[in-house]
Amino acid sequence: MPYDCIVIAKQVPDTKNVTGKAMKDDGTVNRAALPAIFNPEDLNALEMALDIRDRFGGSVTVVTMGPPAACELLRDALYRGADRVILLTDRRFAAADTLATSYALSCAIRKIGKFDLIIGGRQAIDGDTAQVGPQTAEKLHLNQVTYVEKVQDIRDGRIEILRSIDGGYEVVRGRLPILLTVTGTANEPRPPRAKRLLQFRHHTCPAEITNRIRKQLEARGREPSEAEMAEAVNPVLTEAVKQDRMLTVWDADAVGADHDKIGGRGSPTKVKKIESVVFKGRDLKWIEANDEGAKGLVRELVTEHILG
Amino acid sequence: MANFFTDNADIQFQFNRMDLREVVALKEGDFAEGRQYPYAPASYDDAMDGYRRILDLVGGICGDVIAPRAAEVDLEGAQYHDGVVTYAKGTQEAMKALSGADLMGFTLPRRYGGLNMPTIMYVAAIEMVSRADAALMTIFGLQDIAETINSFASEEQKQRYLPRFCTGEVTGAMVLTEPDAGSDLQAVRLKAYQDEKGVWRMNGVKRFITNGCGDVLLVLARSEEGTKDGRGLSMFICEKGPKVYIRRIEDKLGIHGSPTCEIHFRDAEGELVGQRRRGLTRYVMSLMNGARVGIAAQGQGIAEAAYRDALAYAVDRVQFGKAIIDMAQVSDLLVDMKVGVETGRSLLYETARVVDLCQGYEHLAETVERSDPRAREIKEKAALYRKQAAILTPMSKYYCCEMGLRVTSAAIQVLGGSGYMRDYNLERYYRDARITTIYEGTTELQAVAILAGLQGEALAEWFAARAAQKREGEIALLAALVQQMQQRLADGVAFVKKEGHPDYTDLMGKRLSDMACWAVIGYLLLEEASASPHKRIIAEKFIRDAAIRTVAHYTAITSGNDIVLREYKTLLGPDLPKA
Repeated sequence: MPYDCIVIAKQVPDTKNVTGKAMKDDGTVNRAALPAIFNPEDLNALEMALDIRDRFGGSVTVVTMGPPAACELLRDALYRGADRVILLTDRRFAAADTLATSYALSCAIRKIGKFDLIIGGRQAIDGDTAQVGPQTAEKLHLNQVTYVEKVQDIRDGRIEILRSIDGGYEVVRGRLPILLTVTGTANEPRPPRAKRLLQFRHHTCPAEITNRIRKQLEARGREPSEAEMAEAVNPVLTEAVKQDRMLTVWDADAVGADHDKIGGRGSPTKVKKIESVVFKGRDLKWIEANDEGAKGLVRELVTEHILG
Repeated sequence: MANFFTDNADIQFQFNRMDLREVVALKEGDFAEGRQYPYAPASYDDAMDGYRRILDLVGGICGDVIAPRAAEVDLEGAQYHDGVVTYAKGTQEAMKALSGADLMGFTLPRRYGGLNMPTIMYVAAIEMVSRADAALMTIFGLQDIAETINSFASEEQKQRYLPRFCTGEVTGAMVLTEPDAGSDLQAVRLKAYQDEKGVWRMNGVKRFITNGCGDVLLVLARSEEGTKDGRGLSMFICEKGPKVYIRRIEDKLGIHGSPTCEIHFRDAEGELVGQRRRGLTRYVMSLMNGARVGIAAQGQGIAEAAYRDALAYAVDRVQFGKAIIDMAQVSDLLVDMKVGVETGRSLLYETARVVDLCQGYEHLAETVERSDPRAREIKEKAALYRKQAAILTPMSKYYCCEMGLRVTSAAIQVLGGSGYMRDYNLERYYRDARITTIYEGTTELQAVAILAGLQGEALAEWFAARAAQKREGEIALLAALVQQMQQRLADGVAFVKKEGHPDYTDLMGKRLSDMACWAVIGYLLLEEASASPHKRIIAEKFIRDAAIRTVAHYTAITSGNDIVLREYKTLLGPDLPKA
């Protein structure tokens, strides 16, 4: 029986290949200095969805929320085999924390409508929160399984999953529809397919075209006028539409998002302070895995003012 | 996230300055395939952009999937049990990645599922794969087998076999060598006969067959009973089956991931490719030429890998209070490696470009109408590039593979004791490189082919076009040296021709081959030197060295010293076994 999967993915700065000035003076990530990549565990999520499609049939839709440059992630998803990709982009989505992000994603998923599985990476390498998947499931009132290593079987509306836990694995079962978050060890993502790469390399969206042309015109040393921009952008845009090379783009209104719940406005998380911490300690402390050990640890954390 | 395309400044340099307008026009015509295939290019720029992206894709798979598995593949090797060959785990995973990425029909036409890439891009891809795992090259780099089917088989055969190559469902092997027919393929004995139903069947033994466990075998067999030479041989396609028995695989020095098989044909069914009696003279020659460019790229790739490891080590390793890279003898070794790697690539890419032109014009010449006003020009171009490809191909194999041996050996020297240990990859590179000067025609056989080309003045037009170019400043000084080298080469060839002694000519074959490679590379570097300051210094280093060596070779050739011919038995003297 075929299953429809939605993959939620994020374009992130490549924190594993740090070059140049990766951190701004205020301690936040300098996104401009780092190459943007497909969040690694989201690639594992995509692979899991493609594998489910290979095994059972169905479809794979990839949704990402981000600036127009995230088209690159969507093209990559197409190269690897996604059937449909959607860019969720709007200036009003900017500066979203995990709550606002999962709200926006849940709106997009509602708009997509029919699905059996939603799959995301366990966490993104820029924020490391691991919250967006679970929060999205909550907003959609879905079952969820985190730390998924393997989908063992799907049958009669039920899914059987190998889930990674401390020191081993557990097998859990759940009812569809369900949301899964996937670990980096779950699989080895397949490479892009050459033919799909050649076919979809020119797919784009209006904002990406505009940004690219603006950069080209700015390289001449001055801000282009609106008329100049329109003159340069319109033929490219028309050609892209004619060639059927437009990616699906949804803004906040298209997914019916409440403007108070998205972007910075919808984000209760406030960064109080950022400290650059250099690890010096070499001591390890073993905490016994029992109630007494746990209580002792909590006591210590409270005394040290780390918690509470 | 390693990428063997983007991390290689020299490949980037070569790619960025390539002018492939003629090649792309031959491959894509008026870009009409775009209507049928969504992945076909729409223009020259679009084609080049596509090529770059495909190489980027290959580079990523090489860096992330293939290279990390290579050491394990070498250790595990291909396994044989009871007639069945199993690839090492890493080989299987790498092949899955390559075929999953649509890369197994690299050069084949789109109508069979291929990517329709030119040879020059295929060569760049083979180099990267070989840098990652030289053994895997014998599977990825054997697409010439499918290409041979494409060139000579019937349309019906093509439709049956080629799509399966493109998806990676099947791999192939070129089944030529026998226990008593190695370099001398005219001595092939494997018998092909037609049974009572007219079906071709094969009987006999083939040995040293790279990837002989492949699914689709191109077999050279004696179809004409009673014949003894190459004109009695035909080519057959033979599919793996119970009557094609793998008796053993060889235990080799290197390329452990690549199974080298002994095959016993037990009345195995086959089908004729093309015409009878043309197996060796036409089809195998074409197959071998393609494969030779591939092996040149393999030597090139292994050299690149070894050079990189040696350089990284020399920068870190401190002895006598300083990094060894700063010691004259070590830096000399490294510079020699670097110059070897870059010059090998220049020659290889130029060869591939000419091969593309040759194939393109040959194909056009076959299809062009007699009445077409361009017919004559097309035929002339086909003949010209055929002649040039016929000498540049053995030159590339000769140069790149010998360079690969030298570079992998020098790389071990840079690492010293560590290089000799299995803890590093250097000893693997050295072992893997060792086969490249042997299979698909030894270095010595390449020299024979190069000599034949030189005596037929196969490079006359190629040299003339370049010698005529005006150059200025320091590059003009280097150009004068290159012209001298070219002149000495011509004089050397004239000398042996005048002597008219075949054995003496043969004896001087490698010297003349060296001189030919150096002169051609010299001209290529002059062109590159005007495009980059780095290449200018590479050109200076290479041309000055090569000019001196050319004088030495020329002196040896014109000395007429034939002591080896006359006295080899006396020289080997008491060690000669009694007859």
